[in-house]
Amino acid sequence: MEAHLVIEDGTVFKGESFGASGESCGELIFNTSMTGYQEILYDPSYKGQIVVMTYPLIGNYGVTEEDVESGKVHAEGFVVKERSKIYSSWRAVKPLDVLLYEHGVTGIEGIDTRRLTVMLREKGAVKAGIFTGRNNAKKMVEKVKKSRDIAGVDLVKEVVGNNPYFWSKEGSRKVVVLDCGVKYNTLRLLSERGMKVLVMPAGTPWQDVVKEKPDGILVSNGPGDPAAVPYVVKNLANLIERYPVFGICFGIQLIAQVFGGKTYKLKFGHHGANHPVKDLNTGRIYITVQNHSFCVDMDTLDKNDIETTHINLNDNTLEGIAHKKFPVFAVQFHPEHAPGPPDAVYLFDRFRDMVELR
Amino acid sequence: MPHRKDLKKIMIIGSGPIIIGQACEFDYSGSQACKSLKEEGYEVLLVNSNPATIMTDPEMAGITYLEPLTVELLAKIIEKERPDALLPTLGGQTGLNLATFLSREGVLEKYGVEVIGADISAIAMAEDRELFKNAMTELGIEVPASALAYNLKDGLEIGKKLGFPLVLRPAYTLGGTGGSVAYNIEELEKKLEFGLDTSPISEVLIEQSVLGWKEIEFEVMRDSADSVIMVTSMENVDPMGIHTGDSIVVAPAQTLSLREYANLVNLSKKIIRKIGVVGGANIQFAVNPEDGGVVIIEVNPRVSRSSALASKATGFPIARIATKLAVGLTLEEIDNQITGKTTCFAEPTVDYCVFKIPRFTFEKFPAADKTISTSMKAVGEAMSIGRNFREALQKGLRSLETGRYGLGSDKKDVWDINHQFTGEEKELIARKISVPDDERLFYLRYGMLAGMSVDEIYGLSKIDPWFLHNIKGIIEMEKELYRYSGVNALPAGILEKAKKSGFSDRQISFIMNSSEKEVREKRKKENIASVFKPVDSVGGEYPAEKPYYYSSNEKHDSGAVQGKKKKVVILGGGPNRIGQGIEFDYCCVHASFSLREDGYESIMVNCNPETVSTDYDTSDRLYFEPITVEDVLNIVEKEKPIGVILQFGGQTPLNLAIPLQKEGINILGTSPEAIDAAEDRELFRQLLEKLSLKQTPNGTATSFEQAAAIAEKIGYPVLVRPSYVLGGRAMEIVYDRETLESFMQKAVDVSQERPVLIDKFLEDAIEVDADAICDGEECVIGGIMEHIEEAGVHSGDSAMVLPTYSLDKKIVKEIETATKKLALELKIKGLINVQYAVKNSKVYVLEVNPRASRTIPFISKVIAVPLAKLATKIMTGKKLEELGFTKEISVNYFAVKESVFPFNRFPGVDAVLGPEMRSTGEVIGMDKTFEMAYAKSQIAAGQKLPVSGTIFISVKDKDKKAVVAIAKGFQDIGFEILASSGTGKILNENGVTARIIPKVYEGERPNVVDFMKNNQISIIINTPSGKKPKKDIISIRDIAVNRNIPLITTIPGAKATMVAIKKLKENKISVKSLQEYHADLNK
Repeated sequence: MEAHLVIEDGTVFKGESFGASGESCGELIFNTSMTGYQEILYDPSYKGQIVVMTYPLIGNYGVTEEDVESGKVHAEGFVVKERSKIYSSWRAVKPLDVLLYEHGVTGIEGIDTRRLTVMLREKGAVKAGIFTGRNNAKKMVEKVKKSRDIAGVDLVKEVVGNNPYFWSKEGSRKVVVLDCGVKYNTLRLLSERGMKVLVMPAGTPWQDVVKEKPDGILVSNGPGDPAAVPYVVKNLANLIERYPVFGICFGIQLIAQVFGGKTYKLKFGHHGANHPVKDLNTGRIYITVQNHSFCVDMDTLDKNDIETTHINLNDNTLEGIAHKKFPVFAVQFHPEHAPGPPDAVYLFDRFRDMVELR
Repeated sequence: MPHRKDLKKIMIIGSGPIIIGQACEFDYSGSQACKSLKEEGYEVLLVNSNPATIMTDPEMAGITYLEPLTVELLAKIIEKERPDALLPTLGGQTGLNLATFLSREGVLEKYGVEVIGADISAIAMAEDRELFKNAMTELGIEVPASALAYNLKDGLEIGKKLGFPLVLRPAYTLGGTGGSVAYNIEELEKKLEFGLDTSPISEVLIEQSVLGWKEIEFEVMRDSADSVIMVTSMENVDPMGIHTGDSIVVAPAQTLSLREYANLVNLSKKIIRKIGVVGGANIQFAVNPEDGGVVIIEVNPRVSRSSALASKATGFPIARIATKLAVGLTLEEIDNQITGKTTCFAEPTVDYCVFKIPRFTFEKFPAADKTISTSMKAVGEAMSIGRNFREALQKGLRSLETGRYGLGSDKKDVWDINHQFTGEEKELIARKISVPDDERLFYLRYGMLAGMSVDEIYGLSKIDPWFLHNIKGIIEMEKELYRYSGVNALPAGILEKAKKSGFSDRQISFIMNSSEKEVREKRKKENIASVFKPVDSVGGEYPAEKPYYYSSNEKHDSGAVQGKKKKVVILGGGPNRIGQGIEFDYCCVHASFSLREDGYESIMVNCNPETVSTDYDTSDRLYFEPITVEDVLNIVEKEKPIGVILQFGGQTPLNLAIPLQKEGINILGTSPEAIDAAEDRELFRQLLEKLSLKQTPNGTATSFEQAAAIAEKIGYPVLVRPSYVLGGRAMEIVYDRETLESFMQKAVDVSQERPVLIDKFLEDAIEVDADAICDGEECVIGGIMEHIEEAGVHSGDSAMVLPTYSLDKKIVKEIETATKKLALELKIKGLINVQYAVKNSKVYVLEVNPRASRTIPFISKVIAVPLAKLATKIMTGKKLEELGFTKEISVNYFAVKESVFPFNRFPGVDAVLGPEMRSTGEVIGMDKTFEMAYAKSQIAAGQKLPVSGTIFISVKDKDKKAVVAIAKGFQDIGFEILASSGTGKILNENGVTARIIPKVYEGERPNVVDFMKNNQISIIINTPSGKKPKKDIISIRDIAVNRNIPLITTIPGAKATMVAIKKLKENKISVKSLQEYHADLNK
């Protein structure tokens, strides 16, 4: 079936539909990872976004049962150059299009993704929509224009469940994960390090968190605009001086706000598995996985309280902070990787050490 | 950390001649290293025996030694030059081994030379099987079970214990030489014996095989701050069991899920840290396709063929970066010159699919076993880039220049698309799929056409189903095309779809039964054109300042830009093969440098990832594309250059002269008509007649009857060959009617439209090569080289000396005059090469090549004039006078160019020289005297020239008289003489004391083979008779090759060797840099 990818400026790309049929709109962003499409699709941080893969051959190894990163596919749509019609892997259980179909997500293939990437690089992220079947171009463009802008929208509540749950009950220390859209690999890495892991929705009142007597708190990644969830920031403000806290991605943006910091939107964000980040304390550089459209403004943080621990070598944006008095640290990238190289998992060790020292 | 200030002078060891397993990639990496070190302000000391390299251009390194790569001579150079450090990781296995030996013999310690990049302990950890196994075990990485065998008995025991199949890897050999796979005890016995013979230390690793597993490679880099990045993954389409150099490889890996991929990346990073390389390393894993089990296969702690491929595939120049890391810079401190914005601390990401397909030349070795396995046999490779697997694959196939224009339907298929396969044919296909040779890819297609399923083919080949399905996709597209008859009936949508699957116009025209031009016009009408996409190392995330390009069928072009500068397109030579190799790439690179000097925009088109010409900074713009009419037209139409240079890339681009001219493209330099006049036999005859130059009696024939009539008229022996070929392809000396008949059958097949040339063969004539440069009005000789071997040995295979050493001055003058006359008559604008035979003081013209020849780099180095550069300037309108090159250079030293052969790769192939070129590379020997220069050339070519010992002589009847003086010479300098009965008799009658030993077929023991195997023979002179040799003789030559006993198969070669050994006994061998030689020229 034919399908169209429509950009808010009126550009229409024609391609072939795969996965679910119908229409979906979202912010169009590109990801430069060459593998890991399943992890990307399941990443709750992509809520509200249509993902373009710059690597042209997608779906080659199918979809596995083990590589699930959340309860469902969260991306609004998926744009590729060529979707593999067959898959080859001893672990795969189904092809990519079936996954998208099961989760009601539209995919489009046969798109010159290189051209799209250059366009996004030059113009910045835009609103777009995927429409399957025959459609009127003008109407499609109208729909895209009218679709919601993710700035200022609370997407966290769209991806997070209502009830807390234990990921693992084994372990001498207990960590509460404030779930803004957590990826399972974060939970796996915590429990692998001998910690009890309790996942609580980000909106849980702080008093309920305290009742659980945690030994540490991890603020997870999540979708959308960090300025749109003041209730989480407020919660966090009441917890941050009591426990060791580790923030990842969306988490750093919330923690920064607790300390008076501001966030801003990047032109086209960082979405990939090859970003060099320097740990300013050790001088060592890590190849990191990144997925964020917003970023903390370094200059809005009080240098007396907060130190910059990591920066991005490509564009010098802020990648990590630590509090000078409290055991609080956070990074903008994804040390839990998936998809990408596990170079920065040492941060989970650092968090475990903090929790154990407490 | 900034670069190290405590080092001033850094030594680089090159990899020597081009051989199977070590090709242009080390010129590419060495050149990058030289540039890189100079950028950081170091003095560079380079040693390499290969004169055809860019790295040995006198301006690349400050100090260049074109000396043999032996520990003895390197020690002399170190003693003389006193470098502070040695960077051993850029000269392939040769460089690495030499560094290890220099260290072992205490040379490095004695002169305080520090090893940088990979120190001796790091090299040992990667190379020594035991140390390696321990290191991997510590990291928790599995190594295939293995044990070392030093003799047959132990080896068989080990084999029984480990279980079959087994992989045999002889120690200290290169590119898997002597390696094999044994499936049963019988095979093990045979192959182990061969392996033990091949290994210089008689050591063979017997390893449990992981045949059929996925073979995955990673290129990783580490800096002195212990930061590590992964440059790219590569996946071998051919699974484990085939040497990676012989495998079809794709980048990045296609069939690994993130979990497996990330695990392997992580292991690779651990491994490079453990081994401690500062620079780049190549790491190979095998992955079980059934359950994901991983074993490590090997680690190369240096730049390699794979790293060259990885660099070209990603735009991330590993050699350049590795060099900077070795002198202390960190990844973060090195700029990414492709983007111009980011640093080298980033992992490249690509948005295309890359193919590497090996190029074989089995046609040169009809007796060779074509099966590909663990001992590398490919002589070159092509790289192609596309936006999908199918497109990249088909582009790769046409890049190979094997006459194929894609996977099928290109006039070359054995069976056509509708063929009904018989049971027998199906069996053959199944066999060709399970026992791979160079044609396997095409047999996968035949298998599918014959109705085999992907599962069946997977079962036979273990090629991942994902690859097989993609190949099936090509065939489905092909079948869809066959539904339409004629270009006009072909719907635009289908045509576009076919182009997206990489079908060439040639294939489509074959299917549509039309001309290529009609397909092209249809495409243009329907607006289906190839566009160009960049290789930028960042997948489009950041703008790139200096990307290079590949074509793909899409709409949006990001290629050519129209600036103010005039543009010139240079067509490269494609993949290395015998007859067309690094020498031509050298000329193309010089052309590019020259154009840039003169303010032109140079645009390179080539598809060989090993070369300097495909380096990102050699030209202003680079297109990684096949060299075919369609692909070149695409580029030229976009770029709109003032002209195209095609006389530097060898025969490949030259063959495009007429087709491109017909499309209205301006060919720079010598006109296509002149090229034709030199190639066309009749025109050539008229030309010589007009200039009163002599030619051997000859004729042309298109049938056997014609050929026989001509041969009888001019008299046997005759030299026969097809026209328009390079490297003596299918050229033979024929002594009788019977052989002529079988030749004609083969030759007519080689070149259907073109006749076979028949020349009277001049026996025992001296062959001479002359290279000259001409601007159409004036001609200057670059060099006149006298061949050591007699005429009849291909000029690419014989040793030659500059200046001539035995020819009369008058003859040399006559050759000079003839060459100039020819150049001026043909109005050559650029280079010309003429080959002559001299017999009884008469000079015959053998052939004229109106293009750069294989000898250009050699001459340029010897006379200190960059001929290819000057020729380029002539092509763009300059005169020799303006260029200041108006008079011949006479040198006051001798330079010998010797050829290097791949016989050790092809057991059973007779190691004799003949008119068909079979050498893969060349070395140079330079010295004050001819004798010493020749001695050096032999040592450089890998001959262990003995100064004492025993020589075995067995020559054909005709040579028996001539060999007496040579034998006497050897006896005088203390050699013991052994001989076969016939030769021995003549020697003894003529005052030489020769001990007669039996040949194998004579039955007595010990025979000559026993003597060889017991190391009782240190040198062999054995000339073949013209007819088919006896098995016995071949086996003597075979064993000599395998055991590396110097083997001389011509009388002139024997004579030169004798005087060289005499000289070596009298004088100490000394070293002198190229710059010092050049300084002598001006004295």
